[in-house]
Amino acid sequence: MTISFTLNGEATSVDAPPDMPLLWVLREKLELTGTKFGCGIAACGACTVHINGVATRTCVMPVAAIEGADVKTIEGVSPAPGEMSAVQSAWLEHQVPQCGYCQSGMIMAAEALLDENPDPSDDDIDNAITNICRCGTYERVRTAIHAAARARREA
Amino acid sequence: MSNETKSSSNIATIARRTFLVSAGVVGGGVALGLALSPNRLKIYGNNVASGDEVILNTWVKLTPDNQLTVIVPHSEMGQGVGTGLAQMLAEEMEADWDTVSIEQAPANNDYINSDLGRGYIVGEGAKIPSFVYPMLDFTFLQIAKGLVGQLTGGSTAIRLTGYHGMRRAGAAAREMLMRAAAKEWGVPMNSVRAEASTLYHDASNRSASFGSFAVAAAKFTPNLKPALKSPGDYKIVGTAKPRLDLPEKVTGEAQFGMDVIVPGMKYAAIAQAPVYGAQAVSVNDPDGAAEQIVNLGDAVVVVADSYWTASNAVRQLDITWEGGDAGMTSENLRTLHNEHLQETRHEEVMDKEGDASNALQSSAAVSVEYAVPYLAHATMEPMNCTASVQDRKCELWVGHQNPITARDDTAKALGLKKSNVTVHNAYLGGGFGRRARTDNVVQAARVAAEIGAPVKLVWSREQDMANDFYRPAIVSRMRGLVEDGKVSAMSHSYIYSDAGMPDSERPFAFQYDVPNKRIARHPYTSPIPVGSWRSVDFTQMGFFNESFIDELAHKAGADPLEFRLAHKSDVRHRAVLERLRNEANWGNPQTPGASQGVAIVDSFETIVGQVAEVTVEGDDRIRLHRLTSVVDCGQVINPNAAEAQIHSSVIFALSAVFFGEITLENGEVVQQNFPDYDMVRLRNSPLQDVHFINSGHAPGGLGEPGTPPVAPALTNAIFAATGTRIRELPLARAGFRSV
Repeated sequence: MTISFTLNGEATSVDAPPDMPLLWVLREKLELTGTKFGCGIAACGACTVHINGVATRTCVMPVAAIEGADVKTIEGVSPAPGEMSAVQSAWLEHQVPQCGYCQSGMIMAAEALLDENPDPSDDDIDNAITNICRCGTYERVRTAIHAAARARREA
Repeated sequence: MSNETKSSSNIATIARRTFLVSAGVVGGGVALGLALSPNRLKIYGNNVASGDEVILNTWVKLTPDNQLTVIVPHSEMGQGVGTGLAQMLAEEMEADWDTVSIEQAPANNDYINSDLGRGYIVGEGAKIPSFVYPMLDFTFLQIAKGLVGQLTGGSTAIRLTGYHGMRRAGAAAREMLMRAAAKEWGVPMNSVRAEASTLYHDASNRSASFGSFAVAAAKFTPNLKPALKSPGDYKIVGTAKPRLDLPEKVTGEAQFGMDVIVPGMKYAAIAQAPVYGAQAVSVNDPDGAAEQIVNLGDAVVVVADSYWTASNAVRQLDITWEGGDAGMTSENLRTLHNEHLQETRHEEVMDKEGDASNALQSSAAVSVEYAVPYLAHATMEPMNCTASVQDRKCELWVGHQNPITARDDTAKALGLKKSNVTVHNAYLGGGFGRRARTDNVVQAARVAAEIGAPVKLVWSREQDMANDFYRPAIVSRMRGLVEDGKVSAMSHSYIYSDAGMPDSERPFAFQYDVPNKRIARHPYTSPIPVGSWRSVDFTQMGFFNESFIDELAHKAGADPLEFRLAHKSDVRHRAVLERLRNEANWGNPQTPGASQGVAIVDSFETIVGQVAEVTVEGDDRIRLHRLTSVVDCGQVINPNAAEAQIHSSVIFALSAVFFGEITLENGEVVQQNFPDYDMVRLRNSPLQDVHFINSGHAPGGLGEPGTPPVAPALTNAIFAATGTRIRELPLARAGFRSV
């Protein structure tokens, strides 16, 4: 079937089986490979994107469910070509990624947290960001979220 | 890494053609190659450049507009290897860091010996072949001998390739540029100086960019023993340069093996034999959902136009498996392990001092047993590989720790010439030892050959979990005697399955001064596949040794940290413990009501001491508040990346201590995905405090040494808090859990 939605600000239509998870539609049909496959059961968060502003794990989200929705992926986070969001800048400033595979999902989860809570405490961060990182970047993730929160408030 | 294939293969072609010529003009740039042993090239053998092929160490590409590219012969799997190696090279070259970029070396023979780590050290348990010895630079050999079979990563890249190769390549390139400038300007070479990618002749007030002399410099043969800088003069090494690979890792542009898109490719999902040794004897597709089915014998692969379709179809297949040991369970594996621990006929004595056997007959001797489980790697990126086989040629796209082995194993499986197999190495979504194996690569190549089209094979997480080369489970018996407050004798016996670590690294060593020691292993072949897992044998040995010294300290009524100091004469070890005592506020925890545990392990030429600070909530919930690490890895190349490696090693170890255990029932691996093979996350990751001692020694490894002390530091802290001595991991076995 044909599903239409907004993807990173642009109207998009895609032909896919209705039960195909959004993750695979993004990666294979739309060739946006920044969103990653990690577990297939929404346990790790590598496939996190925003659906109508909410951080959502897409490896179990049937594409039919996003008809008409506003979808933002890691490729759509940058405010303008060649620029980075406050979260991405903080991620670089604090040298967060290691292997980098989980980081798209981590960044999407962090963006959504800050959209909802501009000044999260450590506990808020720990509760909101449940993504798995096998490289153990957690300490810097926490630091970078605080830094991004400051930058967004001061912007 | 985006243009790596094209530019690198051009360089490779030129390298092959220009025997012992150090340079060639490449796409507007110049490649400067450094041959380590140009007079000893005609040596033949597996994985060794033959005939007129040049054995190169490191490549530097310099363009006329002064842009420098360092070609990195190690895989990037999170450790920041390219940046660190480029720092070492740029330092000696006197390059302007702002002009430096990195590129992945191609997997072909021109680069094999460039990086001993890749071809031999990383090899899956391979020994350094004797025919390689004469080719190696002497100092390199001295260290390389000790490192066979060790995995790639920070543990070898910096201390071998970087320290012995990249520094010299940079220094030799600088000398070539200075010589070219001296010739052009008609001045003595020693009156030319290099600074920030510019050559100067101060007396005549002349200057020119490196790039303007690139072509002229390439005509000189590189000096094999160029003058190296004194560490006191370093400007780039030792500074926290931002990692060059990170910008594309925050935008989603970084290409992992999983992300490769080849025109016309199909997608494949796999069902591997659920029981070790079983074969698929018949396959039915009741729904007819599979476009094509390929029976590989020990696995069945479904090909479709999307991974989703293929993975659904593979689950619906009706496969009849025959053979294998369907009776295997964790219980009978444990029985087998215990039998091997008792069986001394094939025992290998690894270390012996004095007469421990006699001393330990004392009735005061302590005798305890430890056990650690099989562990999966569970890299974030599940195993995958994309392959294309056309006209007796194969192309592979994969993130791999050992692309040379990937090439060779594929060539062998398909009956192709090695030179007709090309590996495009991508970023690795975690390696930890798992991505040095080639099972996934050969599978993809066989499927591509069978269907005659490019194919991307992706393992599900469940397939990844159940088809690993696990860290070996070990049972261990330790005995010790404390007399007059000191350990007078100790012995250690343990079962041993080869996971790829060379004995010369001495993972088994009891790193304390004890007059009577006996350490013996009981070799056996694990019935389930085992392999290297971050820090390899040091993880298990670190837990046994550092738990046991703690037990003996308590037996002696001594402070665990002071007791360790009392048994260490090594000045670097002592310095780490003494620094740790201060940094961790030993004896006076920074968290109210917390208890502390200490451990120290010397591995991969780096010493790491750690203090864990825990509280126990209720009866069983462990909260690890803080973990302090003091590290002596000699010269620190990049303090920021170095700290990240310790953070990483600690979290990796903690996930294992809290949750990690692979078990078997009915011959099948029980754990499937993250809920039953869980991981530490933000909420249960501790604050980390990392301190480096700059001891002035040559760099040690850093990708792995932070891992071994974590488990014992934590369990020693739990003992201090509760009086419960944990001798079996994970913590759940002792009834503890993470908050």
